[in-house]
Amino acid sequence: MTAQELATNWFQQIVYVIGAGCFVLALKWMSGPKTARRGLWTGIAGMTLAVVGTLTDARIQTYEWIIVAFVIGTVIGIPMGQWMKMTAMPQRTALSHAFGALAAALVGTAEYYRGLEEGTIDKFTMFALGLEVLLGFLTFTGSMMAFGKLAEVLPQRPITYRGQNFVNLAVLGIAVILVIFLIIDPTHRTLWPIFSVLALVFGVLLIIPIGGADMPTVISLLNSYAGLSGAAMGFALNNKMLIVAGSLDGASGLFLSIIMCRAMNRSFTNVLFGGFGQLQMKPGEAEEKIYRSCTPEEAAMVMDAAQSVIVVPGYGMAVAQAQHKVAELGNALTRKGIDVKFAIHPVAGRMPGHMNVLLAEANVPYEELVEMDEINPSFPECDVALVIGANDVTNPAARTDETSPIYGMPILDCDKAKQVYVVKRSMNPGFAGIDNPLYYLDNTAMIFGDAKEIATQLVTEVSKLASAF
Amino acid sequence: MRMAILAAAIPDEIYTGLFVFVMAAFAGLEVVRRVPQLLHTPLMSLTNALSGIALVGSLVLSGAEYGKFYTWLGAIAVTASTINVVGGFWITDRMLKMFKPRAKVVKAGEAK
Repeated sequence: MTAQELATNWFQQIVYVIGAGCFVLALKWMSGPKTARRGLWTGIAGMTLAVVGTLTDARIQTYEWIIVAFVIGTVIGIPMGQWMKMTAMPQRTALSHAFGALAAALVGTAEYYRGLEEGTIDKFTMFALGLEVLLGFLTFTGSMMAFGKLAEVLPQRPITYRGQNFVNLAVLGIAVILVIFLIIDPTHRTLWPIFSVLALVFGVLLIIPIGGADMPTVISLLNSYAGLSGAAMGFALNNKMLIVAGSLDGASGLFLSIIMCRAMNRSFTNVLFGGFGQLQMKPGEAEEKIYRSCTPEEAAMVMDAAQSVIVVPGYGMAVAQAQHKVAELGNALTRKGIDVKFAIHPVAGRMPGHMNVLLAEANVPYEELVEMDEINPSFPECDVALVIGANDVTNPAARTDETSPIYGMPILDCDKAKQVYVVKRSMNPGFAGIDNPLYYLDNTAMIFGDAKEIATQLVTEVSKLASAF
Repeated sequence: MRMAILAAAIPDEIYTGLFVFVMAAFAGLEVVRRVPQLLHTPLMSLTNALSGIALVGSLVLSGAEYGKFYTWLGAIAVTASTINVVGGFWITDRMLKMFKPRAKVVKAGEAK
């Protein structure tokens, strides 16, 4: 059946148009927590329309395999949505990207062989199929690798070796050359499996040199690739619905990865080829700098007397599973009439917006979760800044010290608060091994200990002070 | 035969397709730009579910009687993209339910 005959299925086309509209509206309504769920349901409606429209397709003869596959997919999909912990959200997303991309790559492969049998592959279709399968397979293995690293099945630290970038580019280059050969003459059917294997290998190679800290960018980028792969499928199958959905997904993923890059003051090429995290810090002159430390009791007393408190959470808080206690502390302070806010850095967490989800789950009202650009002007007026599990994103050296590896990275200005408390295990420098001058400021006091235990003590102390009245 | 295929002019559908692609990308960027960082994780899991639109291509492949090879590829693709769609929507819903306004959190606290 040709594309022309297909287009006469007017019911399908109309349903597709409405579905595509639903997708755009769904994203539009994600613009605020009040309308977000409406957005989600609109998205579900759009997807349902897409499926219904497709099922009326004249080419579909039997439904048994569709039903079996659909049931298996649902049975696996629901637990992946229902029982995944929110801290595991990044790896779940990576895994989900992998499945979507695999589907696109398999459909592309099938379309190629079928096109050969029927002799219907023109140059443009071949180009679209090549792009679809290249992006599909590399996103599949790339996402599986990202999943492995995030779930700590694979070593998180970036693995680099000499000539790595050359090897990576060579593999990608050969894959692209094979596609060009296939565009010139699609009947070189032996090239297809080689091309597919190269795409799969490239996905693995792409993620090997990337460290844990860069995962937010990489996940966003893979999100974008999965979408673009779907859009390419739309071109190959001449299906506008696929083009719209894929293009929206691609745009959203690209936008998020740009935000992540900006938040780390790095470029795409630097994330993909830089091998961040392996950067060896000069072991800094072991000059003994003076810092102050204090007990949770003292900190609780100061916070109790404060008018405004800004909590600066980092991923360390989630690692210590302290978010529920920290949220409790926030609510305890709010009940005393103290203005509590949480300052969320864009890269706090392992994927865009991750920290917000972790705190929302712990019952922090969303009004209290404030983005970096909005909260920064409030620090000079705030009485207490409480830093829990965050390090590099609070480092004032990023503003002033041009020799610092994180110079230029936007940070939370918590050093400007009247009093800063930093909850930390010890004075050891953090993940990136960069010393933080914040800890040696006059208005900073360290509270040493496990984030969860300290947060628990702070809650107890603050509540005790309440009953003293 | 092959020459005939190669010589064929670019069909109109491709121009329409490119047009749709560019428009959707711009519309996408415009709406996504307005999503606050607060909701970036749900945004990603929602668009992730939408990328399960590969389901559309998979359904035809698995339902059309092209031969065993294609039916199998199609069935695997339907399974994979259904996992993507169902799991993606499900967890987005779960996440969005967690975002509560202050009034609701306070009420829940009092109820304890």
